[in-house]
Amino acid sequence: MYQYDDYDRALVFERVAQFRDQVERFMAGELSEEEFLPLRLQNGLYMQKHAYMLRVAIPYGTLSAEQMRTLASIASDYDRGYGHFTTRQNMQFNWIELHEVPDILERLAQVNMHAIQTSGNCVRNITTEAFAGVAADELIDPRPLAEILRQWSTINPEFLFLPRKFKIAICSAKQDRAAIMMHDIGLYLYPGHDGQMLLRVIVGGGLGRTPILGLQIRDGLPWQHLLSYVEAVLRVYNRHGRRDNKYKARIKILVKALGIEAFAKEVEEEWQHIKDGPAQLTEDEYQRVASAFVPPNYRTLAGTDLDFGTHLADNPAFARWVARNVQPHKIPGYTSVVLSTKPGLASPPGDVTGLQMLAVADWSERFGFGEIRIAHEQNIVLPDVPKSELFALWQLAKEQGLGAANVGLLTDIIACPGGDFCALANAKSIPIAQAIQARFDNLDYLHDLGDISLNISGCMNACGHHHIGNIGILGVDKNGSEWYQITLGGAQGKNSALGKVIGPSFSADEVPQVIERIIGTFVRYREAEELFVDTVARIGLEPFKERVYPKALEVSA
Amino acid sequence: MNNLLRMEESGARIVLDDPWTLIRSPETADSTEMLILPLAHWLESPSRHAVWLGPDDGVESLLPWLASLPLIALDFPSFRDGRAYSQAYLLRSRFGWKGELRAIGDVLRDQLSHMRQCGFDSFAVREDKSAEDALKGLAGMSVLYGRSVIEPRPLFRRR
Repeated sequence: MYQYDDYDRALVFERVAQFRDQVERFMAGELSEEEFLPLRLQNGLYMQKHAYMLRVAIPYGTLSAEQMRTLASIASDYDRGYGHFTTRQNMQFNWIELHEVPDILERLAQVNMHAIQTSGNCVRNITTEAFAGVAADELIDPRPLAEILRQWSTINPEFLFLPRKFKIAICSAKQDRAAIMMHDIGLYLYPGHDGQMLLRVIVGGGLGRTPILGLQIRDGLPWQHLLSYVEAVLRVYNRHGRRDNKYKARIKILVKALGIEAFAKEVEEEWQHIKDGPAQLTEDEYQRVASAFVPPNYRTLAGTDLDFGTHLADNPAFARWVARNVQPHKIPGYTSVVLSTKPGLASPPGDVTGLQMLAVADWSERFGFGEIRIAHEQNIVLPDVPKSELFALWQLAKEQGLGAANVGLLTDIIACPGGDFCALANAKSIPIAQAIQARFDNLDYLHDLGDISLNISGCMNACGHHHIGNIGILGVDKNGSEWYQITLGGAQGKNSALGKVIGPSFSADEVPQVIERIIGTFVRYREAEELFVDTVARIGLEPFKERVYPKALEVSA
Repeated sequence: MNNLLRMEESGARIVLDDPWTLIRSPETADSTEMLILPLAHWLESPSRHAVWLGPDDGVESLLPWLASLPLIALDFPSFRDGRAYSQAYLLRSRFGWKGELRAIGDVLRDQLSHMRQCGFDSFAVREDKSAEDALKGLAGMSVLYGRSVIEPRPLFRRR
């Protein structure tokens, strides 16, 4: 993991002191609510329905055991004993008192953490995939460049008041697990013919009110130009992005208005001025940062483990968990384990108690190298677990309510906090997720259905990424009551697609039955082991509509 | 009085004898004073007066006049509108403007250090705010990761 030096530490502590002063001035009435708003947002502090919410940055989803214990202590000392992992790999605390925030931030600073730019119209947390550095299909470890970008974008004075928020993701594996097509800038890192690191730059993707997949603006960009190129994109956006309407202010609207060729030309012109200047990255800096991400001291393990094989054969529940929650690793004998935060009724998607955080921190040290990842699917990843330890870990995870064998299945629901907490939401998300999880509680059946992603957002801001769920559920407001619109066919990764709306929306009570009918339709039309998303692509929406809206069809016929 | 702060070699200070008068609407201008005129008005008859640009104005239009302009001001209609930061960057780093660059409009203590980093060297603090209090905002933080107008080398070249 990246280790803070004196500069990094000075920055986070000075930031705490600065914000402590701003909070005091606000509470003394010297700063108006309007003046304080962007200051608190750029320190991760939102005003929710019931209380302030603090969003803590987890850069590219990587945490140490010590950092996880600090999050646990914040959950128990300043919140109601739990926190919520978000789709951008961060952690949110929902019940925060304003006057305690500087103390919380100081506690974070002590373990090299912060909440800087987790909100506001600025560059947000840089994200990558949860398996960076360990995935079997990885081309290059994206974390050094992610950290370099994190530093460059932190309190970059020219770009703190952009037209709207700005999200950057980077990935470098055969599968895109960082959803780079859905970001303001998506970066795909790959080796060129001579082994040099190159970047494919995608721009203008995003979900929200106007979901658009990003478009390629440049390919083959040598890594040394990463910062100057991103600077050029941001300068063009800062100058020309719309500011008259917050719903049309994201870079995707600018790219769409100009067309990708014209936008690319603007960026290219800007970039020519700065590309060979001091922003050009140096080999020294890359090596300095990359040295923090050298692989840990892996032991030489056999590719197969006899006890592991015996447990698999003897214990079908364990075998099921291994099949769904355990990922292949670069190093023989090791695996990466996904701990599901989606147990169903026991707790909402992404919510983790302080006690669970402490347990995860302990496991990361006992079974791995003290490192933890947060996946954008809101689950927790232990990146380096020997195969021989999987059975012991599984038993502990079950005891702590983190052992659900449902990764990638219908009940591995991605959901925003929704109307229970969020002031922006049109509708609740959590009760919908739990009602669906309750309806589909037969694990054998779920495993037979295979991979199905179901994403729920409580409003069009799309924090639950509903557009890219195979099944997407969007909360909408109709005359003051909560309704849910359903989309089918969305997908993330290399074959990213936006889901299509199947028809009029439903009441909360109807949703579980509608999902059941959609799944019933899939089962009826599915060929062999076909994936849900492939069946939808093959047969289209009509068969699903016929099942879901039978009465409406009779009327229209 | 313009509630003005200016960076000088000895450090930042409150300016009590600023000679400039900001003209938001040209009808009110008295041509005997030293005026800061809106860009469109100034371009009609380029003069000894200074000019101010709104965030929609292209800084490129000043290129022919940079050698003779006495002062350029950039307007923040709201402190949340960050376009003037990029305008300032271009004026200073690309077009080589060496004269006074003044922030006007919704100019507040908590953004002053960002403005300073982007090359502003004078700050007309919003009238209802104390210039003395705003002075505390100029220093900002000791660490700048990236680069800026006043520190063109990113931290990785200074580390």
